[in-house]
Amino acid sequence: MVDLLWWVFASIAIGGAIGTVTRKNPIASLMFLVLAFFALAGIYVLLGAHFIAAVQVIVYAGAILVLFLFVIMLLNLGHDYRSDLRGGAWIVAGFVSAGVIGWAVFRSVTEPDAFVDRGGQQAIEASVRELNAVGAIAQPLFREFVVAFELTSILLLVAIVGAVILAKRRV
Amino acid sequence: MVTQSLVLASILFAVGTAGVVFRRNAIILFLCIELMLNAVNLAFVALSTAIGIEGQVFVFFVMTVAAAEAAVGLAIIISIFRLRETVDMNDFNLLRW
Amino acid sequence: MPEFQPTLLWAVAVLPFAGFLINGIGAFIAPDRKILATVTGPAVVGAAFLIAVVNFLGMRGAELHGPIVETYWQWITVGGLRIDAAFQLDQLSMLMTLIVTGVGFLIHVFSVGYMHADGGYLRYFAYLNLFIFFMLVLVLGSNFPLMFVGWEGVGLCSYLLIGFWFKDREKADAGKKAFIVNRIGDLGFMIAMFMLYANVRSLDFVTVFEQAPVTFAFGGAAVTAITLFLFLGAAGKSAQIPLYVWLPDAMAGPTPVSALIHAATMVTAGVYLVARAAVLFALAPVTAIVVAGTGALTALFAATIGLAQYDIKKVLAYSTVSQLGYMFIGVGVGAWAAGVFHLMTHAFFKALLFLGSGAVIHAMHEAYHHTHRHDDAQDMRNMGGLRRYMPITWATMWLATLAIAGVWPFAGFFSKDEIIWQVGARAVGPFEGWFTAFWIMALVAALLTAFYMTRLMVMTFHGRNRTGEAESHHLREVSPVMWVPLAILAMLSVVGGWINVPEAIAHAPVLGWLPSAEWLHEWLHPITESAEAVAAVNLPAAAEHAPFGGGEVMWAALSFGLAVAVILLAARFVGGRQIRPAAQSAEPRGLMRVLYHKWYVDEIYDAIIIRPVLATSRALARFIDDGIVDGAVNGVGYAARALGWVGSRLQTGQLNSYAFAVVGGVLLLIALVVLR
Repeated sequence: MVDLLWWVFASIAIGGAIGTVTRKNPIASLMFLVLAFFALAGIYVLLGAHFIAAVQVIVYAGAILVLFLFVIMLLNLGHDYRSDLRGGAWIVAGFVSAGVIGWAVFRSVTEPDAFVDRGGQQAIEASVRELNAVGAIAQPLFREFVVAFELTSILLLVAIVGAVILAKRRV
Repeated sequence: MVTQSLVLASILFAVGTAGVVFRRNAIILFLCIELMLNAVNLAFVALSTAIGIEGQVFVFFVMTVAAAEAAVGLAIIISIFRLRETVDMNDFNLLRW
Repeated sequence: MPEFQPTLLWAVAVLPFAGFLINGIGAFIAPDRKILATVTGPAVVGAAFLIAVVNFLGMRGAELHGPIVETYWQWITVGGLRIDAAFQLDQLSMLMTLIVTGVGFLIHVFSVGYMHADGGYLRYFAYLNLFIFFMLVLVLGSNFPLMFVGWEGVGLCSYLLIGFWFKDREKADAGKKAFIVNRIGDLGFMIAMFMLYANVRSLDFVTVFEQAPVTFAFGGAAVTAITLFLFLGAAGKSAQIPLYVWLPDAMAGPTPVSALIHAATMVTAGVYLVARAAVLFALAPVTAIVVAGTGALTALFAATIGLAQYDIKKVLAYSTVSQLGYMFIGVGVGAWAAGVFHLMTHAFFKALLFLGSGAVIHAMHEAYHHTHRHDDAQDMRNMGGLRRYMPITWATMWLATLAIAGVWPFAGFFSKDEIIWQVGARAVGPFEGWFTAFWIMALVAALLTAFYMTRLMVMTFHGRNRTGEAESHHLREVSPVMWVPLAILAMLSVVGGWINVPEAIAHAPVLGWLPSAEWLHEWLHPITESAEAVAAVNLPAAAEHAPFGGGEVMWAALSFGLAVAVILLAARFVGGRQIRPAAQSAEPRGLMRVLYHKWYVDEIYDAIIIRPVLATSRALARFIDDGIVDGAVNGVGYAARALGWVGSRLQTGQLNSYAFAVVGGVLLLIALVVLR
């Protein structure tokens, strides 16, 4: 059952990805990406990362992509149906790079001892049971990674200020 | 499952790369970059089932940074659009020789 | 007899050099203080002359066993070659030193008067002193390279002095011409030095001349080649065919320069070279014919040109070339002492003739200056009747004319007649045909000499004055500082020949009451004995009679009589002609026109040699310099730019390509890691 679901979500994700890359209409492109994100969220759930799946939907698909949509609408780009694919040699280049990267990563992950199973699944399940899904992430976040956390918040602040300044209309 | 997820992640990453290379529309370029980031997220999550909760924590951070980057990047695109009336990458060529 | 030690030999050369430094520095910092040069210029040369005289008297008193070589320092020591900076004092170099410093001193004194109004006064004396220095290095050097230093140095000074008034383009060009033509001769000298070293492994005079009879086969290819190249050098310096063309142009320089350099000293360097290397020339009979033949041809050729010139200095210039031809006839046939004897007497009377003409030109300039006319002060057609105004100059120049024409008992009679006699007497054996021809040419040239010199004198000093009414009031004799040297030289032209009266004449009636039979011959004997020994072994002895019969006395008397006859005839002929001032004269026609234009030799050289060389240079410059060299350098520049252009294509400004580049790099890294 899990496997079947996984395959379903996987194919939706790939389909969405390809659609993103090949659509002329930016809005269509974006919609396909939303689809892909939803599929990914499903896969996260299947992998046992419930909180992450939720965050993916809420933040990624729901905030970031909506922001993209806002910008597309703002710039009134939704009506341009001309193809913006680069021609000829670039397509070849694109495929070649895709192919080689894909193959390289594939090779590396299918190595027999690509990673060592240190029993992460069990540890996660244990902490989820103990602290429930949010707490399982929150504890390392506020304990071992608290510095990174604080820095991230500063980063967000910088990003907000930067975005406001960059997009301000000169008066 | 882990291995399969990693393979899926690599496929998504490759597709995203291809998109970055041959799309001219700046916003769609961004979308493809987001796709690549997501592929990486998937890889992290997949590995966290083997390694531990740290994978998911890192995904958390990645998402945060992606959000910040998307905001700033879109602000830049808006500014350029104000100047150039277009988001075609071919027209952003002031750094040309 | 005590051993002879030279006294202050180095000072003879160093004093004029010090004069050059003093006058040269003075020319830079205080060019108006003429008194500096008036005192130092002649004084250093006079002092050098006195030292030379002291050494000469010492040499006469002592018995010399060979040349005395004073080494000052080691100049070049390379491998087996050792060349020292050393002076060699022997009879020949002593004689040359006396001539150079003595006549040089008189000319310096004359220059004080001649150049006193010139702005470059100090520079002139600096150059003149430098010239004396180099000439002394040339005659006193004890080895070929040191002599060559002097050789080149006098060439340099000749250039500086000919082009003294360098602001005039023609005069500067004359200086260049002299230097360039000399260079061709210098090449011959250098090649001869190389060959000499290759054969004898030494370049010192003493060593070379001792080894020569042993090392070289008589008439062999090596020694013939060496001597021919040496003669090429001599021909350049002493203005023989085909390298004489610079000397008439050199008259562009101040007249005392012409007197010193182009009459008395520098042009005699070639004769000195042949006399010094006598033993080498004696070993090469082919070269003997070449040398004597060139001399004879030049003597005749130049004399014909001298007949048609109107510029007083040009006549004297061609006369010098002609007389140098006589000297080469002398040393060419093996009469070394005779050639050097004529060198000496020629120095006296030719210097006198040039200085005299300088006095005339000076007076003419003064006259024209007063009336503000710009006629040519050197054109004889503008002169005439000057004897009334310049009696001392007239008298001294007539003495010189009689000397050069070969009238007894003046200097030229003895020296020129001895040469003519020697070439006739030695026309035996393998030389018979050649030397007979040269003898005839020499005789004809002698008659022509008498003719053109008389023409010069008559046109300048006799007849009606053609300078003009107004000017003639301003013509006057020159100041004592100028006519005293003339008088001294006139005296020498009279008595100079008496030091070497030939044996045969010394015992004849009338012709022979003069003292010092063959003194010069004996004096130079140690220099010429090895050459004479070689000749005695390999060649038949000289005959006692000339080709067409008659002994020495007969021919001497005959040429004397002919000379007098020609003088009288010429005086009649030229005196009777109607001569007009230069501005009103027509161009000569016919044969005279060809002679006036110097047989068009300069034009021929221009067409055959100069234009092709210039054209080749231009072609080479365009092809090699512009094309290849500049092409290579520019090509490097273009290549750099092209490379840069290619590199700049990477900067597309397109984000996508940059992204692709990043991807490509990552690809590479992953490939390296994964596929290892």
